Amino acid sequence: MYRRSFKDTKSSLGSPNPNFSKPMVALRFLRALSLVRCSGPGARSPSYRARGIRRAAYACMAASAGPRRAWSRALLRKIRRRPGRGLRRPRAVIRRRRPVGGGDPLEVALRRLVPGGGCMEYCRLLEEAADYVKCLAMQVRLMQTIVDSASHVNSID
Amino acid sequence: MSSRGRRITDEEMSELVSKLQSLLPESRRRSMGRASAAKLLKETCSYVQSLHREVDDLSDRLSALMATLDVNSPQADIIRDLFR
Repeated sequence: MYRRSFKDTKSSLGSPNPNFSKPMVALRFLRALSLVRCSGPGARSPSYRARGIRRAAYACMAASAGPRRAWSRALLRKIRRRPGRGLRRPRAVIRRRRPVGGGDPLEVALRRLVPGGGCMEYCRLLEEAADYVKCLAMQVRLMQTIVDSASHVNSID
Repeated sequence: MSSRGRRITDEEMSELVSKLQSLLPESRRRSMGRASAAKLLKETCSYVQSLHREVDDLSDRLSALMATLDVNSPQADIIRDLFR
C-alpha cells in the first residue's frame, strides 16, 4: 500500500537531495496517511494501523532525505525488503563489510541506533547521526502538528 | 568515496562534535555541561531513543485519532480534505 505510492514519487525525482523541505515531507506523509483504511472492508486493528503509520513515517522521512544519505538508504532497504519479490539487481556495491568493532560501548550504541551505521567510519557515523537526528526531529514535529490539529478539530463542537 | 585510512583532524572532529551538539535540544545541551565527545555520544544516543519512542507514541495517537475521525461528521470531512 505505502510502497506503491512512495515508488511513484521517488521515480519522479531525478537529482539527489530532492524535495527535502518541510512542506514536501508533510505532503508525502499526509498522502501516505490518506491511504490508511480506517473502517469498512479491509480495516484493521488500531495497533496494526499504528504500525503502518510508523512505517510510513520512517519511509517518508527516508524518501524525502533521498539516496545521498546512508541512513535513508538503509531505512528504505529495510522497509521495502520483500523476499523474492520483483527483480533482484546484482549487488555491485559491497555493502556488508566487517562491522567496525568498537571498544567504546557508546559508539556501538550509536551505530545500532543510526540506520546503516554498522560499517562506516567514525566521523562518517557522526555526520550521518547529525543528519538523522535533524530529520527525525522534524518528522516528530510534523506528526505532533498533525495530531494537534486533528485533536483540535475533533473537539470543535 | 570511502576515505578509509584518512586520519580525521582534530579540527574536523571538533566541528562535527559541535554540529552534533547544536542539533540536540536546549535541555539536553544544558545537562551536558562541557562538551566532551563521550558525553555528546551519550546524549545523542539517548535523544535518538527518545525520538524513536515519540514516533511510536505519535503513531499510536494518530491511529486512534483516525479511527474516531472516520465517522460521518463535518469534522471528519475537514480532516479528510486535509489528508487529500
